[in-house]
Amino acid sequence: MNIWLQIGSAVVVVLMLVFLYPTAKQWMTDGPRAKPGDWQAALIPLLLVVGFVVLLILLVKG
Amino acid sequence: MNTLERTLPRSTEGTFATNKVIKNTYLLLSATLLFSGLMAMVAMVLAVPVWTYTVSLIVAMLMGMFVLPRTQDSAAGLGVIFAITGLMGFGLGPVIQMYLQLPNGAQTVALALGGTGVIFLGLSGYALSSRRDFSFMGGFIFAGMMVMLVAVLANIFLQIPALQLAIAAGFILLMSGFILFQTSQMVHGGETNYISATYGLYLSIFNLFISLLQILGIFGGDE
Repeated sequence: MNIWLQIGSAVVVVLMLVFLYPTAKQWMTDGPRAKPGDWQAALIPLLLVVGFVVLLILLVKG
Repeated sequence: MNTLERTLPRSTEGTFATNKVIKNTYLLLSATLLFSGLMAMVAMVLAVPVWTYTVSLIVAMLMGMFVLPRTQDSAAGLGVIFAITGLMGFGLGPVIQMYLQLPNGAQTVALALGGTGVIFLGLSGYALSSRRDFSFMGGFIFAGMMVMLVAVLANIFLQIPALQLAIAAGFILLMSGFILFQTSQMVHGGETNYISATYGLYLSIFNLFISLLQILGIFGGDE
């Protein structure tokens, strides 16, 4: 990649970090806490996504 | 205030508002995805170079940070969201073209496209039908995004393929979590602006597609 494109991309990523930081901090400190069963309800579909991606990899390799 | 508004209980008003946000978000998301696909085809027909992808993303991200937040509460926001998604689609054109030239390229692109659709519709449908509140994931998702952005920043200069693979895998998980979170935010009234909701969901779909394309491209290659 061209060095100027690398620098431009890096500047944008740093800007995104600067913009995201207050939101991230607020959600981490004041965000709602998980109730029993909440993480399970989120992890099951996420694990299904992982399984689905593995299936796609097997399809593309086969 | 009209009679209907006066006689309706507050919770019913809230439900109407929520349903309106959800309906408008999915309508706008469909339109922006179609426009994005159209722009990708235009870029492929024009055979623009691959660096167009980086330039388009830089401009689109700058617009997303500086222009969209100032216009998202007005009609001008619609023009801005189409400009952003059109630019991102235009940037995607040469990347898709590059993958199509690889062995099994057409299969890789088709699987990435179909996979993105299945993941998005599945997760969004799950969050909508279960009506669960996934706002507890907010801290985890935003902290994860910060970590991923630091990794992306490092790999702009390091260009390590294994790190790129890890970033792509991380983005798939993170964007999947974000779809659950954002959809639940719309359902529970945490997100009331359909333009910013569309932008968030569009970015998650875009990142899912690019990450799947990278992973399937790496595993589908001969080397």
